[in-house]
Amino acid sequence: MSIATVIPAFVTRESFIELEARERAQALMDPGSWRELVGPFDRIESPWLPMQSIAPQSDDGCVVLKGTIAGQSSVVIALEGGFQAGSIGEVSGAKMTAALDLATRDSQNGKKTAAVLLLETGGVRLQEANLGLAAISEVMASIFALRQYAPIITVIAGTVGCFGGMSLVAGISSYILMTREARLGLNGAEVIEQESGIEEFDSSDRALIWAIFGGEQRVGMGVADELLQDDAKEIAAAVQRCLKAGLPAVHRSQQIDLYRDRIAALDTSQQIEPLTLRKRWDSKQAKAKEGSAR
Amino acid sequence: MNKQVGLRGKAWFQALTGVDSPMGGDPGSVLTADTELGEDTARFLCVVPDPKARFPCVRRGEVGLEEAYTLATRVREVIDHGENLKKRPIVAIVDVKSQAYGRREETAAIFLAAATAADAYASARIKGHPVITLIVGHAFSGGFLTHGYQANRILAFDDDDVVIHAMHKEAAARITLRSVADLDRLGHEVPPMSYDVRDYARLGLLHKLLHIQDPDTPAPATVAQIQKELIDAIADARAGSTDLRNRLESKGAREMRKAGLAARAYMEKQWSGV
Amino acid sequence: MEQLKFDYPSANRRVSKKAHVGVVGSGDMEVLMEPAETGSAHVSIQTSVNGFGSSWKAVLDRFFARFDGAVRIHINDAGATPGSVMLRLEQAVEVIEQ
Repeated sequence: MSIATVIPAFVTRESFIELEARERAQALMDPGSWRELVGPFDRIESPWLPMQSIAPQSDDGCVVLKGTIAGQSSVVIALEGGFQAGSIGEVSGAKMTAALDLATRDSQNGKKTAAVLLLETGGVRLQEANLGLAAISEVMASIFALRQYAPIITVIAGTVGCFGGMSLVAGISSYILMTREARLGLNGAEVIEQESGIEEFDSSDRALIWAIFGGEQRVGMGVADELLQDDAKEIAAAVQRCLKAGLPAVHRSQQIDLYRDRIAALDTSQQIEPLTLRKRWDSKQAKAKEGSAR
Repeated sequence: MNKQVGLRGKAWFQALTGVDSPMGGDPGSVLTADTELGEDTARFLCVVPDPKARFPCVRRGEVGLEEAYTLATRVREVIDHGENLKKRPIVAIVDVKSQAYGRREETAAIFLAAATAADAYASARIKGHPVITLIVGHAFSGGFLTHGYQANRILAFDDDDVVIHAMHKEAAARITLRSVADLDRLGHEVPPMSYDVRDYARLGLLHKLLHIQDPDTPAPATVAQIQKELIDAIADARAGSTDLRNRLESKGAREMRKAGLAARAYMEKQWSGV
Repeated sequence: MEQLKFDYPSANRRVSKKAHVGVVGSGDMEVLMEPAETGSAHVSIQTSVNGFGSSWKAVLDRFFARFDGAVRIHINDAGATPGSVMLRLEQAVEVIEQ
């Protein structure tokens, strides 16, 4: 009996969640194939944070690696959840947009270049408010442009999750991969409680938060594609599968009729039970209906 | 700012289109109309408050699930019907409080609904439809990303009741641990933080700030003025590229987004380097 | 926000690598360490916590009592304790001495 079979998988597994953004990005690329672009030593930092007595970071919390994944030209963009909750500011947004635009340019010139986004982010960085919001609209515009040529794969591993405007970035991606420790939504529970009251959402109810935003639910209800273990190798393999599959026939954010009908069918007189919704929106059913999507 | 958000949007939609009710089958919160504008027939869209909306958390003019999917549907109709014709303009009239802050919305994946509407607007732009956004009141966070921020050209009224921002003042104060007074003061020092549309205009994201008489009540002369501005913006969009580079190449951007432009220049230089 | 600068002229051993460690999370910091062209060590610190100049000097004096590399160090700090500062500096040294 080999050692590998007696040691349970979770012992030999390398956690992805415990890695910093830079290490996460590196774990997905072919070893030796990548270079970091506009890295920490270029020192392009947020000019707005120090004006508000907040320390900036030398990469503004956004790591861009260009290289190959299973031989295919790719750019991996990873947000560092440990810095300002992965929020999007002027610089981090510009780095994302620029990298996506260059991937589009290469793809148009015959060198198809896919993008992998590692999103750990609360959305707009409020200290850069309007430039953060503008940056998200520009990141989205760049994704729409690249998506005509090459897939965009969003990975949400945890533990920050993907919220605010950046949840739209996930929503327009070709694929969304999540772990059980990841959450995805437009407004977090705290924001809803603040804006609409505790009757609407009790943000201390952890079980409810996971039932609504958690990876298992999002994949189960078909608004994300694969549920993965917190294992760097497994996540890398899933990214490779998506790259191999290439562009989906229809992007999820273009399946308007399917989702519009589903929303119309909801009983809105009371709160919606997440598990019931998951069963009703089962992803296999969604695939069967894809033919009718626009 | 004690006026209800969305009423001004509705007033301008009616003044510009002569229409005051939704298209068949649409929720009461989304107004759509096809109206002559210069030599074009433009599709106008606006999200308005519907006190009787099915979803409770959108009744004050927020953009929710039905609003997003309806916008997506109505924008895609323009794309689908215009394949081989002159690309029809799309005009988004924006006066939105925010996205809907509700549990039902999150459970039913409002992020995807919002993405779907933004996708439709961007797809129209990429296919050559001039997409023009006219901000007459509020344009907030996820509401603006869903409805308006993918436009080729953004116009806004130069008026104290026009507010474009990532989060309303009270919430931003809570989250950044500041007082509302602090935020106001900070807005003058840090333009992207400002709630004043004139500071927003300095960021170079707007095509034009429009100085008009009485933005609350559209008078015939003002309506004619706005129609002309829309026609000019459409012509400008047709003459330009279908991406958003105009926002980065503007005079404002060169002054206010130096760090972002530097990041972009470095990225371009290093991308093909050894 | 405070900017601090320190020089250690006696740290003059040539190094050839660079290192970046740490994240500017609350109570943490990042260190960028690279060869200095001047033949001595220079430290610049940008910190969100004001008034701790003497603590920084004490930690750096201790660090450069043992480390003699001619490096340029930049630190972005969000309130790291002296213990964490030393740990981050040692991690950076580990990378450049590999």
